[in-house]
Amino acid sequence: MQDRRSAHTESERGYWHRNVRLVAILLSVWALVSFGCGIVFVEFLNQFRIGTAPLGFWFAQQGSIYVFVALIAVYVVLMNRLDRACGVRED
Amino acid sequence: MDAQAWTFVLVGLSFALYLGIAVWSRAGSTGEFYVAGKGVPPLANGMATGADWMSAASFIGMAGIISFAGYFGSVYLMGWTGGYVLLAMLLAPYLRKFGKFTVPDFVGDRYDSSAARVVAVLCAIFVSFTYVAGQMRGVGVVFSRFLEVDITLGVIIGTGVVFFYAVLGGMKGITYTQVAQYCVLIFAFTVPAVFISLMLTKNPVPQLGLIGSVDNGTTGLLDKLDQLNSELGFDRYTAPPESWIAHEGPRGYLDVLAITMALMVGTAGLPHVIVRFYTVPKVRDARMSAFWALLFIALLYTAAPAVGAFGRTNLIVETRDARYSAEGAQETDKIIPDWFRSWEDTGLLAWVDKNGDGRIQYFPGASFTSASGKPVFLTGADGAPVRGEHGERLLDPNSVTPTDNRNELFIDRDIMVLANPEIAQLPNWVVGLVAAGGLAAALSTAAGLLLVISTAVSHDLVKRTLAPNVSEKTELWIARGAAGFGVIGAALLGIFPPGFVAEVVALAFGLAASSFFPVIILGIFWKRMNRAGAISGMVSGITVTSLYILYFKFWGGSREGWVLGISPEGFGSVGMLVNFAIGITVAKFTRPPTEEIQRLVEDIRVPAGSGESHAMQVPPA
Repeated sequence: MQDRRSAHTESERGYWHRNVRLVAILLSVWALVSFGCGIVFVEFLNQFRIGTAPLGFWFAQQGSIYVFVALIAVYVVLMNRLDRACGVRED
Repeated sequence: MDAQAWTFVLVGLSFALYLGIAVWSRAGSTGEFYVAGKGVPPLANGMATGADWMSAASFIGMAGIISFAGYFGSVYLMGWTGGYVLLAMLLAPYLRKFGKFTVPDFVGDRYDSSAARVVAVLCAIFVSFTYVAGQMRGVGVVFSRFLEVDITLGVIIGTGVVFFYAVLGGMKGITYTQVAQYCVLIFAFTVPAVFISLMLTKNPVPQLGLIGSVDNGTTGLLDKLDQLNSELGFDRYTAPPESWIAHEGPRGYLDVLAITMALMVGTAGLPHVIVRFYTVPKVRDARMSAFWALLFIALLYTAAPAVGAFGRTNLIVETRDARYSAEGAQETDKIIPDWFRSWEDTGLLAWVDKNGDGRIQYFPGASFTSASGKPVFLTGADGAPVRGEHGERLLDPNSVTPTDNRNELFIDRDIMVLANPEIAQLPNWVVGLVAAGGLAAALSTAAGLLLVISTAVSHDLVKRTLAPNVSEKTELWIARGAAGFGVIGAALLGIFPPGFVAEVVALAFGLAASSFFPVIILGIFWKRMNRAGAISGMVSGITVTSLYILYFKFWGGSREGWVLGISPEGFGSVGMLVNFAIGITVAKFTRPPTEEIQRLVEDIRVPAGSGESHAMQVPPA
């Protein structure tokens, strides 16, 4: 317990650094699909189709939500792996 | 059995289930009352979060909002789901590691300040009360619509049920009732949606029906809807109106971005959602339950735009130029469907035959004006409805004035969900199921909010601020008492609704976005953030946001005055930026936080060692 404190270590700093980087990458995708595909580029994307629906509209009403769910899934898997790799996993 | 008997049976059974769960899972300690003893499995917590989050407005109102707003409805879909990505990655795991019970706990301990704690408590109470008032009203409306009881009686019955399980069970009772309520509400939303989708697009999955075809596969559903909208003179359904693109309309892209952002950040900052992540055993469970929560919410949120599009297509196709009366109709004439009359009786539909041709014309614009915006029907001396030439219900000329545009039809947006079972000609039990689902959505959200209010009073105000020496037993009783008072206050607001509930909801989201979110994020991600920065940031964010909203919503500000074209609904985003900017600047020029606080921050960033251990490192408030 006391050792954990003094061992506030390289590996924990590395853990935090990689955590922040992962979150930054995932949140860029988050912003891209919602603010990008769903709002700013909606007119442009509407010339393409998914099924019978205009793509931009689909991103705004369904696609972005699917991507959000997938982003959290990726986050959960990668963070669990990182926890183990850096030895900070709870038992 | 008729629809009303089924409604009584299904609503009665679901209530019995909630009460049974409450007795089984009653709370024995403050830990159980506040955070369910931190023993909730992630899957169950995900369901509970889903029910907690999805209110009567999501269940009954959202599909309708989308069907009328078309593309603009996307701001709610993206805003109210995108916030969970922020929660999962920026808040939930670290707050779970911090432990304790509430959001004000984190703010108070991280910044070692009672003032910050009290500001956070007041925000939490204000935000939650605003919300809960709307929920109790929703309970009353569902009761009155399906069971034909008075709205007041409906509110009282709903209050009684929530009182029982929230006061007795606290978070533990609420969590497991919410799990049951999620199952009821998602089933009730999905069953009619599946059948409507089959009927219209021949695809049983509503999410796929939205991108499918109608009219025997000849036309895309959304193409058809765009075409109907343009024939009738409405804006395009699938894209922003041309006026936005030319920056002429009231809402430009910047405003749409701002509203979406404010809803996302506001969602992530709502105390009744955040506190759910305190109830799981481990940090990785907090991440996992954020995943389950969004998945369960997405099941409804991706079906809602489909239901909205189906409902609108159906309604226009079936009623446009249809004759109200079958009498004297030619073979080629279209007659209104049977459900038109039953929903006319509930006031969700109304028709004024302005041109006297006996057919329904539907165009943009309101068909009439009235004080409430809703139809008021004329009744005879004996209370029986007065009918016009074609058999339609006549509007009361004393309270309703027809407008001089061509539109003859009034459609309440709630009909898009409520009338689905009848439109798809489903059996009567489905009608009862939809009623039970609407009540589940309203009750689960109300209970979650009441718990925040009660915890804020008993834990944050009494235990952590006013009387730290109070015993656990007394604290538990204070919590129960506060929940009891909260329920009664909410019921009163439901029975005597202030006229401004809808306006105040913008304020609730704006405040959540501009107060909690920045100070929590900075508290976790920037070790240097200190007390002065947090307090000045919160106070300036809240002040700017609430003044802007109050000015434009209540003090007569007009659209022309919107800063950068940003509406009050979207201004929470600006408030958030102000909070960040002021907070960071002030923190740079003041002393860094103590060693102890910096160690606390390092500690919450790492999952290992969660549980009671770190509580010792937290300095006394």
